[in-house]
Amino acid sequence: MGDSNQNRFLRALSAAFRHTLPVLAGFLVLGIAYGMLMLDKGYGPQWSVLMSAVAFCGSMQFVAITLLTTAFQPLEALILSLLVNARHLFYGLSMLGKYKGFGKIKGFLIYTLCDETFSIVSSVDPPEGIEPKYFYLSISLLDYLYWVFGTLIGGLLGGLMPFDMKGLDFALTALFVVLFIEQVKNGKNWILGLIGIACALLSRLVFGAENMVLPALAIILITLIAGRKKLCN
Amino acid sequence: MQLAPVQIILTVLAVALGAMATRFTPFVLFPEGKQPPQIVTYLGSVLPPVMMGLLVVYCLKDISIQVNPHGLPELISIAFIVFIHLWRKNVLLSIGCGTALHMFLVQAVFVVS
Repeated sequence: MGDSNQNRFLRALSAAFRHTLPVLAGFLVLGIAYGMLMLDKGYGPQWSVLMSAVAFCGSMQFVAITLLTTAFQPLEALILSLLVNARHLFYGLSMLGKYKGFGKIKGFLIYTLCDETFSIVSSVDPPEGIEPKYFYLSISLLDYLYWVFGTLIGGLLGGLMPFDMKGLDFALTALFVVLFIEQVKNGKNWILGLIGIACALLSRLVFGAENMVLPALAIILITLIAGRKKLCN
Repeated sequence: MQLAPVQIILTVLAVALGAMATRFTPFVLFPEGKQPPQIVTYLGSVLPPVMMGLLVVYCLKDISIQVNPHGLPELISIAFIVFIHLWRKNVLLSIGCGTALHMFLVQAVFVVS
């Protein structure tokens, strides 16, 4: 029986879909919120969707709204984006092996490597009989489309929301909590999870909500390197 | 105020460039053909659980313990998620129930005007 690339991709897509459902909920809500906020600042769906499709970096896009409404300052935008997105450096390090040998699609996988996609890909193994390459591509592609589509809906609908979505974006927090449990329940990983929580909490308490990410990443890096001998085995 | 179309596009590109630099740098520094330094392989292997911990805290960063409702909706929902996940071990069930509980709590119980 001939099994075309297209068929294998579609099988992977349907296997991947259920893993992305929490992201569907969270990204639709946050994407809609982003599209609405941009519209409110005078930027219609053509601009919000452009930003979502090209930059695809949730939290930084919200930060960039301020940039778009003050003065033209591209250098600030670049620097701020580097700082806010610095955590992606760590995702990349973890994906070096997983995304190895994927050829043409690798560029897209890296381009769309967001918090949520990283969480799923690093926690879930592709099911038996499903090609890893297409499984990972499906997760990245679906998450990307949810975000862009959510932005479009928000930009088109504006304030006309059909139901009260307050609290629905908690789906992403819930996703991280559950995948955290999934990752720390294996062997001695709980100590690593604890390091992540402790470093982030410390950074949040010392540097505040706005500036917690960079110090947290630095403390994590120092802790992991200092504790290398102990954590390795 | 609003920027001119060219300025908007340049701002979008600047934001994208920053984001993509952070995403592509590891893959550019450590290409497939070369064996990455041991420390990099080590970090790559231990980082996922650490980053999940960071992401959980990051999601909760704007909560204030002093201000009503004192982070209670999140705390209760997360405790519920942990409980139901350890019990039923079903990712989607845990996330779905936890999110539904959180929506109920912020819309009907801890209503902040």
